[in-house]
Amino acid sequence: MSDISVFLKRWGAVLALVLLILFNLAFTPHFATTQTLAINLTQVAVVMVVGVGMTLVIATGGIDLSVGSLMAIAGALSPMIFTGQLFPVPNLYVGIALGIVLPVMVAGMFGYFNGWLITRFSIQPIIATLVLFIAGRGIAQVWTNGDLQVFKVPEFQQIAIGRLLGVPFQVWIMAVIVIAATWTLRKTVFGRQVLAIGGNEAAARLAGVPVARVKTIVYVVSGVCSGIAGLIVIAMNSAADANLIGLGIELDAIAAVAVGGTLLTGGRATILGTLIGALIIQLVRYTLLANGVPDSAALIVKAGLIILAVWLQRQDRA
Amino acid sequence: MDTASQVPLLSMQGIDKSFGGVPALTGASLEVAPAEVMALIGQNGAGKSTMIKILNGAVASDGGAITFAGAPWTANSPQAAQRGGISTIFQEINLIAFRSVTENIYLGREIKSRFGFLDWRAMHEGARGLLARFDVFVDVREPLMNFSTAIRQMVAIARAVSFEARLVIMDEPTSSLDEAEVQILFQTIRQLKAQGVAVVFVSHKLDELYAVCDRVTIMRDGRTVAVANMADMGKLQLVAAMLGRDLAEIRKAGSTAFGEGGQAIGGELLATSGLAVGRRVQSADIAVRSGEIVGLAGLLGSGRSETARAVFGAEPHRAGEVRFAGRKADFASPREAIAAGLGFCTEDRKIDGIVPEMSVRENMTLALLPALARSGIVDEARQAEIVKRFITEIGIKCSSPEQKIRELSGGNQQKVLLARWLCMDPKLLILDEPTRGIDVGAKAEIQRLIRSFAERGLGVLMISSELEEIVEGADRVFVLREGRTVEEFDKDQISESALMNAMAHGGDADATSPKGAAFV
Repeated sequence: MSDISVFLKRWGAVLALVLLILFNLAFTPHFATTQTLAINLTQVAVVMVVGVGMTLVIATGGIDLSVGSLMAIAGALSPMIFTGQLFPVPNLYVGIALGIVLPVMVAGMFGYFNGWLITRFSIQPIIATLVLFIAGRGIAQVWTNGDLQVFKVPEFQQIAIGRLLGVPFQVWIMAVIVIAATWTLRKTVFGRQVLAIGGNEAAARLAGVPVARVKTIVYVVSGVCSGIAGLIVIAMNSAADANLIGLGIELDAIAAVAVGGTLLTGGRATILGTLIGALIIQLVRYTLLANGVPDSAALIVKAGLIILAVWLQRQDRA
Repeated sequence: MDTASQVPLLSMQGIDKSFGGVPALTGASLEVAPAEVMALIGQNGAGKSTMIKILNGAVASDGGAITFAGAPWTANSPQAAQRGGISTIFQEINLIAFRSVTENIYLGREIKSRFGFLDWRAMHEGARGLLARFDVFVDVREPLMNFSTAIRQMVAIARAVSFEARLVIMDEPTSSLDEAEVQILFQTIRQLKAQGVAVVFVSHKLDELYAVCDRVTIMRDGRTVAVANMADMGKLQLVAAMLGRDLAEIRKAGSTAFGEGGQAIGGELLATSGLAVGRRVQSADIAVRSGEIVGLAGLLGSGRSETARAVFGAEPHRAGEVRFAGRKADFASPREAIAAGLGFCTEDRKIDGIVPEMSVRENMTLALLPALARSGIVDEARQAEIVKRFITEIGIKCSSPEQKIRELSGGNQQKVLLARWLCMDPKLLILDEPTRGIDVGAKAEIQRLIRSFAERGLGVLMISSELEEIVEGADRVFVLREGRTVEEFDKDQISESALMNAMAHGGDADATSPKGAAFV
C-alpha cells in the first residue's frame, strides 16, 4: 500500500470536505454566510442523529433498515399526544413533555424488538430490521389514517426552530448526541464491547462479553435516535406526514457511515467520521443545488461518493 | 535429470521487501529444481510467507531477481501466477464449500458448449480424471463441504495441477489434517513429483519434512541462512539453524520447554463425570487439581475440544455433571465460567480468539474490562499498567500496546491471548492446542510460561495433538476415544507409546492395561 493511499484512507473524507468548502467559497454566491451555515447544519442534524445510532449498529456488524419507519412512528405519535387527541393532557407543557418522551420511548421499544429478533432467533439484521422497515411506516399510517397532521405549537417547535447562542436548537441536540456517542464508544466498557463484537463475535462471547445484551442495546439506541430525529422533522415542518417522515433516510445514514470510514463489516467505527460523511453528503447536495444542478443529479453524485468510500476502505486489504 | 538439475526451475535471488519501513526480507534467496520437493522453514517472522506472497504475485518485491522456467517472473496477482505455472495452496483452503467439487476445480475457466451453456458432462469428466491422477474417487457433483479436509486439499491440488502448474507451493498443508490424511497428502506430493511438478513445502512439523522433502531452505530474520539436502541435516541442526543458536544449548534444553514440574499440586479444582456433549462426546470424566497441568489426549474427532467447550459453558451438555472448586458448576455461558475463575484459549486464534482490528491492549483486556471499570467507564491508567506488566512478563514482541494484533506473529498473538486470561488471575486455564502453528522459539517460551504459572497454583487443562507436548508437559493425562474417557495416566506412567495405544484401542475389551502398554 503506497503512502498516498494510506494518507487518502486516513484523511480522504476530511480532505473531501475541505475541498468542497473551498469550492463553494470560490464559486457559490452567499456561501460564507451564517444563514447558509445554519441551513446546512439543520439539514445535516436529522441524518446525523440517525447516523449515530446507525454507526453503533454497524460497529457490531449489523445494519438497521427500520430507522426511517421508526422516525415516522415517533413523528406521527407525538402530535397526537401534545394536541390531546390520544388522551386528555392537563396543560400544554405536560403535553409537550409527554409528546417528546413517549414517542422516543416507543421508538426505543421498536428498536428493542429489532434486537430481540436478531439475538433471540439469530436472524440476519438486514432481514430482521426489514420487518419494521415495512411494517413500521404502516403502523404510523394506520394511526393517522394516512392523514397529514398540521399543528401550530411554537413551544414544541422550539426543538427545531429555536436558537441557543445563535445556533439552531436541533444542531445542539445533534452535538450532544455526537459527543455522548463518541465518548461512549471510546471510554466505556460498553463501547469497547460493541467493537469487539463487530470485530469477532465468537471471540467476544468466549471472553465473557454479553453479546446478546450489547447487541440489543445498540438497536434500542438506534431506535431512540430515530425517534428523536422524527420529532425534529415534524417540528421543522409543523406538520406530521406518516407517509414521508424519514423516507429513505436509512440510505443517507448508511452512506454517511460508509463515507466516514466506519467498516461496514463491523469492528471499526468512528462517530466523528460519520459526522464528516454526513456533512460531505449534505454539502454535495447543497453545492449542486446552489449551482443549478437538479436534485436527481445529486443522487448520482451521492452514489459516486459511496463507491469512492468503499474503494478507500478496500485499500486496507493488501 | 541431467541438465534439468543444473538449471533451476525457480530462482529467487537477493530479494528485498519491507513493510512500512520494517524490513521483512533482506537479500533472501530460494532455488527449486524441476520435480524437486523443497522444504521452506523458519520461525514465524523469518520471511517465508513474504517470499511466498512475492512469488504468487500477492505483493511486489522491492528488489532482487526472479526467474522461473528460464524467463523473468513478473506475476502481479495470484491469478497471473496461476496462469504462469505457479499455484499456491494456503493453510486455510480457499475453495467454496457450498459448491460441488467440479465447480471448484473449474471455477473461472468453465468449459462451455457451443451455445455458451456450461458443459457439465465435460467438466465432471475432467474433474474425475484429474482426481483419479491422485487416486481420489469421489462423487464430483457433491458439495465440497461434504468431504474431509484431506479431500478438500486434494481438490485444491487437483485444481492447481489443472492449471498446468509446474510449481505448487503448499503453506502448512498438514496443519488441519490427521495422521492418515497426512499420509494421503504425502502420496500426492510424490505423485506430483513423478509428474515433473516441483513443490515448495512449508511446515512447522519437522518429521514431515524428512518424510517428503528432498532439500531444505532455512530462513531467519528475512535472510536465507542455509540450503541443504534433507538427508544431510539432522533435526537438531535444523532447529539450531532456524533459531540461530548453539547446537549444544538446544540439546541440553530438550525439545519442549515444560521442564520438570508437579512439585506443589493442590486440591481438586475441576471434575466432570459422565459429561455428554452434542453427538461427539458420550461420557467424559476428567479432573484437574490446582497447580497441575492435565493433558487431554485423543485423536481428531475424539471430542476433546467439545469437552473443553462444555466445561467452559460455551456449549450446553446433554448429561453428566461438572464440579468446580467443590461446587456443582454447570455454567450456562462463558461469562459465568469466567466469573468463577476459568479461562479458555481456543484452538483457532483467528476464528474465536483474536479481535483482529483491535490493539494488543484491547485484545488483552477484553475479558478483564468489566473489572477495570468504574460505573462502566474504563480506568485507562490501570488498564495501561496491567498491559505493560504482561507485555514485559510474558515477553510479547509488539511495537507498542496500540499495535493491531493482526500485525503480530502467531506466537505473539497466542501470548496476548494467554495474557487475556492470566491477567484475570484465573484458577483454571483451558488451553486448546496452545502451540499450534507457532514457531519453535515461541513454542518453547509458551510452554515455559504455562509451567511457571502452574507452579504458582494455576490448574491447566491442555489439549494437544502433539504427543511430545503432552508427554513432557503434563502431570496427568486423560485419553478420550470416541467421546469417552478411556484411560487416565499419572506422571510416571505417561509415555508416547502408552498414549498412542490408548488413543487407538483404549476402552476396547482386549485393550492392554496402561501399565502393559508402557512396555510396548
